[in-house]
Amino acid sequence: MGIFTRGFGGRRRDSNQQLPPGQYLTRDFPVLSAGPTPRIPLDAWEFTVTTELGESHQWSWTELMALPAESITVDIHCVTRWSKLGTAWRGVSLETLLADVETGADFALAHSYGGYTTNLPLEDLLDGKAWVAYAYDGEELAPEHGGPARLLVPHLYFWKSAKWVRGIELMNQDSPGFWEQLGYHDYGDPWREQRYQGD
Amino acid sequence: MARAAVSGGLTVRRAWRAARLIERRTETATASTLVLEVPGWPGHLAGQHVDVRLTAPDGYQAARSYSLAAPANGDRVEITVQRVPDGEVSSYLADEARSGDSVELRGPVGGWFVWKPEDNGPVLLVAGGSGVVPLMAMIRSRDGVSFAPFRLIYSVRTPEDQIYHQELRRRATQDGELDVTVIYTRSAPEGEQRPVGRIGADDLVSHGWPADVEPACYVCGPTAFVEAVSDLLVALGHDPAKIKTERFGPSGP
Amino acid sequence: MNEQTDEVAMYDGNTLAGPLSEVFAVELTTAVGRCRSCGTSSQVATFRVYGPEPGLVGRCPHCEDVLMRLVRTPDSLWLDFSGISALRISMPTDAAGS
Repeated sequence: MGIFTRGFGGRRRDSNQQLPPGQYLTRDFPVLSAGPTPRIPLDAWEFTVTTELGESHQWSWTELMALPAESITVDIHCVTRWSKLGTAWRGVSLETLLADVETGADFALAHSYGGYTTNLPLEDLLDGKAWVAYAYDGEELAPEHGGPARLLVPHLYFWKSAKWVRGIELMNQDSPGFWEQLGYHDYGDPWREQRYQGD
Repeated sequence: MARAAVSGGLTVRRAWRAARLIERRTETATASTLVLEVPGWPGHLAGQHVDVRLTAPDGYQAARSYSLAAPANGDRVEITVQRVPDGEVSSYLADEARSGDSVELRGPVGGWFVWKPEDNGPVLLVAGGSGVVPLMAMIRSRDGVSFAPFRLIYSVRTPEDQIYHQELRRRATQDGELDVTVIYTRSAPEGEQRPVGRIGADDLVSHGWPADVEPACYVCGPTAFVEAVSDLLVALGHDPAKIKTERFGPSGP
Repeated sequence: MNEQTDEVAMYDGNTLAGPLSEVFAVELTTAVGRCRSCGTSSQVATFRVYGPEPGLVGRCPHCEDVLMRLVRTPDSLWLDFSGISALRISMPTDAAGS
């Protein structure tokens, strides 16, 4: 444990009941990344769902835009402790995308342009809990925030909401993604403060 | 380096040491030099940095890196902190920390971006904003031990942003082998010939060394500045292997 | 280049020096790592570094592939060097009697 620094309070800790433990409210929208921002022209963009049997389902940008979309307002929580309440997004629900996908798999691994991955149970993508989001706050999703489209899974820490998402791989076994391999939690529930492996 | 005994006979290095603030000097409206006393400090090379860690009463910790501003001097360590808007650590260090307060320090670290008095040969230093700090450590460490010709090109927004202004002028006047050029990107002092604007190839040609002199180049400051200057130096014919860079991250507004 | 987006890595391998010093006795920023992907050898100080949160990622200055990753949790330091096929660290030559 470090020695305490007189007069240092750190980020104002809101005792706001709406925030999960250890979080603080931020007014801006911090950009965290693990690599350069990919630039994907829309006519090259694809989203692919691959099942555990190797079957794949693919959507082009045009096809994604033709699917029924939802406007949602959600709270988001980053493992680095900032939270934003009431963020507005537009996207296609994973329910819609997985509607015709036959699978017995229990787990998913999201893949992004640029190589990022993150794992979560398949059921956490269903029942209105996840979207492929392409607009934020009424505008096209900016590249530094994951545009043209990112995964949005607000009930888990935000590193699970993979930026620049390009597909979901359905798997029988849980397989740790980019940060999970390096100590972050396989599930990541902010309300149980599941930041790191073993939490 | 303190070691802690861990079960099984394995020792773990204790990286963080207590450092007590003993003096502060205001450098500009937004930057201050902090002099810290660190018992058992092992010494350091010009160009190295330390990580400073603060701990709030609830256990929350924040750490940032700061370049050492002066050469090794027993247990005294100097850092110059530029206040960053909304910076939780820099605001504390630049505005709040008082003599007698303690912080934790890790270092010195960084063995690549260093200049040693044994390094002969001309040196080009190019600083953007607070990037002047490690380069100033290099200039200060030259005192009385090296006559290597140094040229510093220091890019600032306005005259009020110059850190070490008087000291640099004094050194440049007294030391025939030290040239200091300040360039302004937003507003310049009365009588300044060079038009206000970002550093360009002309500045490096006029105030740097020709590439065939093969100077050791050190470039430090905001990331975009460092990238731009490195590219310019390479385009001017400097060997990339002789250009050392330290990126401080995004520049402020 | 646009300073607002992260077109360019914000940091370089100098940023890794402090975290690595917690576990390594030798200075690593001067070490030379060979990229498993493209084969280019670069000094650690020149790695393109992203982070520091949620972790530090060092990428090849030549091909941008991940060379190394570092995460500090409350009780552990996680390290992955798998993107580096070989690391060369200069060592002092032993002198008799030292």
